[in-house]
Amino acid sequence: MRVNVLLFARLRELAGASEFGCDVPAGATIQTVWQAAVASYPALAEFTAAVSCAKNEDFARMTSPVADKDAIAFLPPVSGG
Amino acid sequence: MSFARFAVTPDPLAVDRVAAELEREAQRVGEGCGALNAFVGVVRATHKQRRVRYLEYEAFVPLALKAFAKIEAEIREEWPHALIAIHHRVGRLEIGEASVLIVAASAHRAESFQVCRYAIERVKQIAPVWKHEFFDSGDAWVEGATADAEDEVARRRAKEVACA
Repeated sequence: MRVNVLLFARLRELAGASEFGCDVPAGATIQTVWQAAVASYPALAEFTAAVSCAKNEDFARMTSPVADKDAIAFLPPVSGG
Repeated sequence: MSFARFAVTPDPLAVDRVAAELEREAQRVGEGCGALNAFVGVVRATHKQRRVRYLEYEAFVPLALKAFAKIEAEIREEWPHALIAIHHRVGRLEIGEASVLIVAASAHRAESFQVCRYAIERVKQIAPVWKHEFFDSGDAWVEGATADAEDEVARRRAKEVACA
């Protein structure tokens, strides 16, 4: 199945892309999607311990399952305010 | 007709207008509105002794609006009669411009201070907004908290700060 990945802020700059499609096997979780993203853009690896995520514009956990056509957003540590 | 309590916008933030609109809504709740508390975050000219030229804020807008609504729901649990408005600016901001505006409305002053402080602490913990600083030479993304909306320890810490 194929999911759409969204990257923000420094993640977007490290990858040089704000959005890309990603193929993952059935049974994949958001963690699987992150690993695939790091495989495509190794510079993202430094954020593995600090990244958080959203699925279809809602907060999610790295252990959440994904479905075909889901939009998975990866968020570096936030700094609003 | 209610106004936008939550916003992520490239336009300058309007403290007076948001405060006036929230006050009008708060008059209809519980004992009415006796206190408005506004927090305005502004762009500072230095960061860790480096001179800042300007900032750019980026947000994941739909999720940021959901984060603000979650903060409001948390506030309703702790302070059932208080109202809150949260507006965050995005795009390029110059020194001295307002980046975030929080207004809390309640019947009495103590509650309005607590709610306002709680809201800004939670914005900093969970809102998907990122600050990019531009210096005379170079630039840097500011990285704060890993956003975890379900982290009860962070939520408790925000409440302790608000009620200290």
